[in-house]
Amino acid sequence: MYALVDGNNFYVSCERVFRPDLRDRPVVVLSNNDGCAIARSNEAKAIGIKMGAPWFQIEKLQDELGLVGLSANFPLYADMSDRMMSLAAGLGHRQEIYSIDESFVDVTGIRGDLTERSRKVRSRILQWTGLPTCIGLGPTKTLAKLANHIAKTAERKPDVYPMHHAQVCNLGALSKPELDELLQATDVGDVWGVGRRISAQLIESGVTNALELSKLDPATVKARWSVVLERTVRELQGMQCIDFEDSPEDKKQIACTRSFGQPVTERHHLQEALSEFASRAAEKLRRQNGHAGQVLAFIRTSPFRQNDKQYTRSAVVPLPSPTADTAQIAEAAIAILHAIYKPNFNYAKAGILLLDLQPATRHQYTLDLEDEALHSEARQRLMQTLDIVNKRYGRGTIKLASSGTKTQRSIWQMKQELKTPSYTTNWDELCFVRT
Amino acid sequence: MDNAGRKTVPMNAPLPLNVTPLWVQSLPATVQAGFPSPADDHAITRLDLMEQLIKHPQATFMLRVRGDSMKDAGIMDGSVVLVDKAIQPRNGHVVVACIDNEYLCKYFVQRAGRIRLKAANNTYPDITPKDGQTLEIWGVVVASILQHKC
Repeated sequence: MYALVDGNNFYVSCERVFRPDLRDRPVVVLSNNDGCAIARSNEAKAIGIKMGAPWFQIEKLQDELGLVGLSANFPLYADMSDRMMSLAAGLGHRQEIYSIDESFVDVTGIRGDLTERSRKVRSRILQWTGLPTCIGLGPTKTLAKLANHIAKTAERKPDVYPMHHAQVCNLGALSKPELDELLQATDVGDVWGVGRRISAQLIESGVTNALELSKLDPATVKARWSVVLERTVRELQGMQCIDFEDSPEDKKQIACTRSFGQPVTERHHLQEALSEFASRAAEKLRRQNGHAGQVLAFIRTSPFRQNDKQYTRSAVVPLPSPTADTAQIAEAAIAILHAIYKPNFNYAKAGILLLDLQPATRHQYTLDLEDEALHSEARQRLMQTLDIVNKRYGRGTIKLASSGTKTQRSIWQMKQELKTPSYTTNWDELCFVRT
Repeated sequence: MDNAGRKTVPMNAPLPLNVTPLWVQSLPATVQAGFPSPADDHAITRLDLMEQLIKHPQATFMLRVRGDSMKDAGIMDGSVVLVDKAIQPRNGHVVVACIDNEYLCKYFVQRAGRIRLKAANNTYPDITPKDGQTLEIWGVVVASILQHKC
């Protein structure tokens, strides 16, 4: 038996903990560079704002309907997520953190009324952190996810599902006819793992709801569609097919890419950006105690600026030997930039990917043809020191000179004009309380 | 895997033999085999302020104080208050309340079912929610910290 604990409109809810004035208003949180809506409050959904709506199109609703747009405040969301996750873990004995706002909890073998237990955990998360959640329970991950969808929808639209399933919905506690009724009320496209394309095909062949999907023959589904959809059908039937991953594997690749706040044309600006991205990526790599064998870097113009000449180019270079050294990775990225850069384009995005990742312990020493200093223990200690100092005194306290020395915002940095303070991660940005 | 994410080996798993030769180097020095340290039996953990102040880490937030209406309770302008949202507010607690979409730090006074917010400074009047005004207790202040110049 699994539970899925999911934060409601998570980013908006995090903002509301410190901004009570945002509680009854339509609020959206915007993607990088304040591009489009990536989270919406119920009030924002009610006035018809769609997921992914571009800010420049809905901006005018600020005056008309009191809409509030906020730049994403990831330090805040990450801290609130951590608090929520550690309370959600108390529901069962194993937890898989699935994304910043949802986690599966294995509740197999837990005695007592699971619905009641879930309600208690839900109200504890709300009381302790201020974050509203919904909990769905089911014998498989797909059914737990579906139960969560029901819990969430029943709260907002009581005409679709019975009200008593709002907030906490336990499919495991239902009789077969009750379960079938809920499955029948669920659009096939709302089932976890059914994408938009497959959903359209299913509807065309007469499968419109989750109940009908669950009644298909798995072998036929496999032959006609895919193994993935077969798995979904079996999971809907109550057979566990998707593994529970409570110890996430090391990442197979590490990326750091960003859209710029404004078009960038100069090579030295791109060089600053790529050096910065290389530093971030190398830091992530060291955190999982890995080495990278190859570096990919890319630069591209914006396909949305139709009057601009378009240019996209990427290249991969192997590193002399696998490493997690910031300077070596940045050097590789800059070498790529010099090879692929062309002047007179308005670049909108750049990024780097670290590939061919391997554990640092599996280091293969090359013949001593190159500078020994690069692999020395002193060099590793330097990287450790770098990470410790930056962790303690804030990101960028020590950085490569190639990522720019200016103290003010560089031209290539993100536009985040509507960001709230980092209330829980920066002493200078604490929330004020009047006495 | 343990908490720090290191791979751990189960106790019953076979371990490969270490077949590299062990070189022992003799040192031209003597070692004093003295008394063991008498402190060994008294393993210590140094006092941890965070542990003392924060009972519910997931529910504890820090806010910065503005104003002097709580100065007689030792909560000064510029102090940081530790607010625990897990604690149920009771008469006499210092709380953070939300009224008119603003966070206020006051004494929580409950008498005959009526709630009042009281300052710790005579020059400030009590606050009682008026009709139509909602008062919500956001959390209970468990400590206030004032850092001094140094």
